[in-house]
Amino acid sequence: MNKRLELVSGEPSRNLPISSHKTQFATFSIFSEALAFLAALIVMSLVSLFLSGAVRADEQDAFLSGFTTDKFADTEKTINTLAVSGLPMAAPILEALAGDRLLFDPESKALLIRKSESQFIAAIDGHIEDAIEADDLKKVRVNNAVRRALDAALGSLTLMSPDPAKRLAAAESAYKSHDPATLDLLQQAIEKENDAKVKRMQLAARAAIQALDPQASDSDRLSAIDLIKARGDQDALGLLSKLAASSEGAMKAAAESGIGSIRATLALWGNVQNIWYGLSLGSVLLLAAIGLAITFGVMGIINMAHGEMVMIGAYTTYVVQDLIRTKIPSLFDYSLLIAVPLAFVVTAIIGMLIERVVIRYLYGRPLETLLATFGLSLVLQQAVRTIFGANNREVGAPSFMAGSFELGGLVITYGRMWIIIFALMVFAILQLVLRATSFGLRMRAVTQNRKMASAMGIDTNRIDALAFALGSGIAGMAGVALSQIDNVSPNLGQSYIIDSFMVVVFGGVGNLWGTLVGALTLGVANKVLEPFIGAVLGKIVMLVFIIMFIQKRPRGLFALKGRAVEA
Amino acid sequence: MHTSYDLIDRRGMIMLALLGLFVLIVPICALIVPKGSPFYIPPYLVALLGKYLCYALLALSLDLVWGYCGILSLGHGAFFALGGYAMGMYLMRQIGTRGVYANAELPDFMVFLNWKELPITWYGFQHFPYAALMILAVPGLLAFVFGWFAFRSRVTGVYLSIITQAMTYALLLSFFRNDMGFGGNNGLTDFKDILGYSVQSDQTRVSLCVVSALALASGYLLARAIVVSKFGKVLIAIRDAESRTRFLGYRVENFKVIVFTFSAIMAGVAGALFVPQVGIINPSEFAPANSIEAVIWVAVGGRGTLVGAALGAIVVSFGKTYFTGALPEYWLFALGALFVIVTLFLPKGIIGTLSDFMARQSAKPPTPSPKDMPAAAE
Repeated sequence: MNKRLELVSGEPSRNLPISSHKTQFATFSIFSEALAFLAALIVMSLVSLFLSGAVRADEQDAFLSGFTTDKFADTEKTINTLAVSGLPMAAPILEALAGDRLLFDPESKALLIRKSESQFIAAIDGHIEDAIEADDLKKVRVNNAVRRALDAALGSLTLMSPDPAKRLAAAESAYKSHDPATLDLLQQAIEKENDAKVKRMQLAARAAIQALDPQASDSDRLSAIDLIKARGDQDALGLLSKLAASSEGAMKAAAESGIGSIRATLALWGNVQNIWYGLSLGSVLLLAAIGLAITFGVMGIINMAHGEMVMIGAYTTYVVQDLIRTKIPSLFDYSLLIAVPLAFVVTAIIGMLIERVVIRYLYGRPLETLLATFGLSLVLQQAVRTIFGANNREVGAPSFMAGSFELGGLVITYGRMWIIIFALMVFAILQLVLRATSFGLRMRAVTQNRKMASAMGIDTNRIDALAFALGSGIAGMAGVALSQIDNVSPNLGQSYIIDSFMVVVFGGVGNLWGTLVGALTLGVANKVLEPFIGAVLGKIVMLVFIIMFIQKRPRGLFALKGRAVEA
Repeated sequence: MHTSYDLIDRRGMIMLALLGLFVLIVPICALIVPKGSPFYIPPYLVALLGKYLCYALLALSLDLVWGYCGILSLGHGAFFALGGYAMGMYLMRQIGTRGVYANAELPDFMVFLNWKELPITWYGFQHFPYAALMILAVPGLLAFVFGWFAFRSRVTGVYLSIITQAMTYALLLSFFRNDMGFGGNNGLTDFKDILGYSVQSDQTRVSLCVVSALALASGYLLARAIVVSKFGKVLIAIRDAESRTRFLGYRVENFKVIVFTFSAIMAGVAGALFVPQVGIINPSEFAPANSIEAVIWVAVGGRGTLVGAALGAIVVSFGKTYFTGALPEYWLFALGALFVIVTLFLPKGIIGTLSDFMARQSAKPPTPSPKDMPAAAE
């Protein structure tokens, strides 16, 4: 052992005399003996003070000694006493313990908090200790039981924090731990609390503790159960199950009815959550399928390369973000806003090229078009693989799409929410284009009756090219959205193409509402089925359903009516 | 004109002659000719040739429905794979106690999944006749049920193509599931014997290859017999003008269901012969891309020619083997380009273009391969 530290730490047990000193006052019978001892102690303390001038032995409080015995049980006990001690240093000490920064000297039993690599403060009063050799210190060890006690203690300490967010978090942690030790503190906190939200949480925490407390009066416990029931979350369920298992009679019945009603609420929210996921999936399907619906509707051809347009849109996003990252990082949050029009333009141009070079020559032969576009999809995939490599590319989320918020029992991530909004916006704009522009009018005319439209002077060739470009461009925009939720790889498009077909076939062509209804129905049905039969089986069921559906309505949900269709 | 409606026309004659030659030469070159001789055919090549022949049979079955009846099935790979699975199940049961877990009753993957008894779907597969029946029955039944519903509700054209694709995709997903009891992701493999002969031995490989050639020849003859019969003429009528045929009093859906079912059985047989030669069957055989690739074989060879379909399968598969070995990055480019070029410039495929060319040379009326390839009347 280092010589100097030995001096600094002083005499063997500086805290022991103090605690006995306290005991002495309580038990006067051995007063004289103690007096002698005290005298000795004072001398020793003075000596040590004089020698070290650092750790003041006389101030190290008795109950902190539990930390220095290197026993978990003692540590736990000390944590609990410290939490209710009201000491100003209680919070920093417990935080240090939680952060593995609480150390003690096994020789001198001095308790220290590590501030940085070589800087320490005394746990008892927070004054800076220099001249400490870190090698000689031992950590106060922590196991699971200690950590639990520690969390509860920290929770109760912050119950009174001036920061409402901290108070709320503390109340929540007290609610979750429902540790009876925090009850008194909670009581005080409730009386002082002004913030309604925090107060609600604190009341729930108190109810949680009271409900489980066999000493509390039955009426208190029953009203506590009511309060917990009203919260209706997963923790409340756990709490009431615990209560139902440990109690009898009216209490048990109340707890069980509470469990029942919470289960029902949770199931309801679970369903709402599934529907939300379904809408999210549906909006993705809508984005992927809507372009397909246009080309299929107008030209009667299946564009197997549609998925690759989606993929190219996603890669456009990647390229845009990559450029922004290296050139102007400050614009990162706007990367998607830049990528959307760019992806539209890039894929629309590729689509136009495909139409002019290949598809134009295959009109009237829809099956051959299917094969040719499948060939193109292979070429495009391989081209992207050659340029960007086969690995997934990372596309980041701008800050407005990160994070989530809660709505009742519903967790909504901003990313999904924006994708739904984006899909609906694309749908609305497209409807506007189809309904309110002359191009849209012509396109609808060609969809309904190509020959008649041609006879009326519409350049069907031009409309075909533009429709194909439009469909491809929308696929590109879908790719921007999909880059946020899926892996950007050359195979991205393939995983959506069959689903998109299903949407188009289910919804029917010639009417975008069909695509909207089809996409949302399939999305929601898929996600609602998933918890019951699993994702794969759910998908199989949907495919079989569509196969059956087509038998009944071969032209889809929203079929075009009239003679033109039969031509 | 008339000659081509004989059971065996000139093209068929050439094909059958080539297959006959193949059946004679392969056993000699693979088993009798000593190793090191330039005529020696190594076992891997025998298996490869056998594989091509199975593909050719699949293409033939597809040509029967697409080339002659206008049904573009994007799910024929499913029938192929189902036949393959039926054969694979027989082969699995033949492993017996030689598996890793040495369980006489259960295949290894079931022991691994902690299953206690054989699922009912596996009953009887230790007997070859039953397995053979299933090879025909399972794809046939699926095609019959599927076709029965689809054709009666007059699902045609691209809609039909899409739902056949949905069918094979649904099967792909189902077979990936371990609960289905068909080996899940890994499929069936590690085969030992077929009919008591080791699948690894050269003799068995050669026999399987020869059987595949014979199956292709008989498949061709059966398909040809259908095509040249009155039934076949109705099929062609349906392809060219479905509504008109219906108005003439033919029950279009019955014709379609029959030919679709027959074609699926043929595809199933091709799959069953394929599995012992490649030694594995797994769910990826159901992948929609496989079925589409089969369609391109037919398109390359010449739709509605039967011989062309078989030729296309062999040529494209050979190209694939070569490209994926020599220039792996460019295979998809080549395949993709093939799709585009064939549909744009060779709508009649190799055989159709060739016979047009020869017809022009001899200034005779063109052979009545389907002159144009209109979409099935919608």
